[in-house]
Amino acid sequence: MNAVDNVLDKAKLKVQNKVQATIPVDRQVQAAHMVEKAKRLVGGGKPLVFTERPIPDAADVPLTELDVSNPFLFRQGKWHSYFKRLRDEAPVHYLANSPFGAFWSLTRYEDIRAADINSEVFSAEPYIVLGPPPLDIEMFIAMDPPRHDVQRKAVQGVVAPRNLKEMESLIRERVEEVLDGLPLDEPFDWVDRVSKEVTGRMLATLLDFPYEQRRKLTYWGDTISSTAEGTGGTTHQDDFFEAAGELARAFMAHWYDKEARRERGEEPGFDLITLMQTSEDTKDMIKRPLEFLGNLTLLIVGGNDTTRNSMSGGVLALHQNPEQFTKLKADPSLIKNMVSEIIRWQTPLAYMRRIAKKDVHFGGQFIRKGDQVVMWYASGNRDERQFEDPDAFIIDRKNARNHISFGFGTHRCMGNRLAEMQLRILWEELLARFDKIEVVGEPTHVQSNFVKGYEKMMVKLTAKVETESADEAPVASPVATTV
Amino acid sequence: MATVTFVEYDGTSHDVDLVEGESLMELATGNAVPGIDGDCGGDAACGTCHVIVDDEWISSTGRRSDAESQMLDMSSECESNSRLACQVKASASLDGLKVRLPEYQM
Repeated sequence: MNAVDNVLDKAKLKVQNKVQATIPVDRQVQAAHMVEKAKRLVGGGKPLVFTERPIPDAADVPLTELDVSNPFLFRQGKWHSYFKRLRDEAPVHYLANSPFGAFWSLTRYEDIRAADINSEVFSAEPYIVLGPPPLDIEMFIAMDPPRHDVQRKAVQGVVAPRNLKEMESLIRERVEEVLDGLPLDEPFDWVDRVSKEVTGRMLATLLDFPYEQRRKLTYWGDTISSTAEGTGGTTHQDDFFEAAGELARAFMAHWYDKEARRERGEEPGFDLITLMQTSEDTKDMIKRPLEFLGNLTLLIVGGNDTTRNSMSGGVLALHQNPEQFTKLKADPSLIKNMVSEIIRWQTPLAYMRRIAKKDVHFGGQFIRKGDQVVMWYASGNRDERQFEDPDAFIIDRKNARNHISFGFGTHRCMGNRLAEMQLRILWEELLARFDKIEVVGEPTHVQSNFVKGYEKMMVKLTAKVETESADEAPVASPVATTV
Repeated sequence: MATVTFVEYDGTSHDVDLVEGESLMELATGNAVPGIDGDCGGDAACGTCHVIVDDEWISSTGRRSDAESQMLDMSSECESNSRLACQVKASASLDGLKVRLPEYQM
């Protein structure tokens, strides 16, 4: 970079910081929305819309045209064969044309890990999905070291193991409440009643967000992570800005409310907002709105779709593999390992995207500076070179922990222990209550190339038959006690 | 037989036979020492085999590399003698080595 560029960059940064500090975050979201609308009016930036068509078999498509960015690939069940063909025939694959432009696909476990830990060559900036977000919110998942490290350290305490230990009993109580309210012997939507509900409660707790408004967090998270331009999803740009604006307003109010409550002498909690307000690096975060919005969005999106879909995926996997469920009931100590296997099998986020910072020889290919490189975790987790019989769901799989769903390197999932804990508690409590957990009919899948998840999954529960043991006194009939 | 000792956060001590050429992470996971995960299989890529080397041994094991720091810096329990066990190769010169485990792996 020459000296003039340097000066210009510095000036731009100074202006940006000034603007960030003086204009409230919801106004900034609004302004960005107006810019996008204006672009559309003058004929630029036409919103992307994806229409579902049957996807041809992997074997019938020329290798060079194999497109794994199709947002219907998971829904139509074609992803196994598409990724297998890439792993076997073109592990570092170039697609010249897609709705998201040209991109490289890494599909083998070893290659993905090698790229993921090499932030010198493969940059997470400026965003980590296939297409651009409508708004430049500053998230450390999309920053390189050293900026990434500073930002992450400021907030990671909220999901650090030490904090989780404090929260375990609260998480368990909330899971118990959800499970005790479920109907027996009749189908209900597991995604809505359990997966969304448990993760929503968790997020509200982590953020100390008004509990009765927790579904807003789910809605914002879903809307923001599913733009057509970014991931091939169903969110229109206008919906995105509406959700981002609402989130910004709600959390500004929440921030000031928390501040006032603490000044009145309220005990500081272990939530993210308190953590930010009481730590030197982040106590003025509200004055850096795009960063503020970025950190919140990252936590809300990161803790929303991911664990939710592993909660649904685990039920589906055990339903499809009844012998594994029998094995689990016979030995509940397998839950811990099964949680890793669920996260491997489901891979709730299919990939992370990088940009090559320099020309590089990689896996026999020549990747040029500026190229998009997609690390397909969904494929790495099914790589025969790493996992024996990779498509099988085996709750006591020896190397289940080696799954790649959390990513590797500096961007490794910050909430990994929270995710594992939530899933472990869920399964401990499910086993304590239910004998059968049956999936009724076919679940419906989310439209996305990024989120590998479920819209709806009908489930029928059968209660566990109480076995009388010697140390348990028989329960008196309630009828007999009537006076 | 040469040994390496892993001391859990709660003080529980595990003596493990030293196998030359294996990493400390492999020695620990191979002998089911609790508190060492080794999720990435040994590439300094996950930060889940964090150990803290006793002062008297740090010159024998050497200090951590930049790659290790990249992961370990993110742990609140990182100390000056922190290493990733997967990056320390066992050799005869490490007979008697003692390392402590943090309370949590990241």
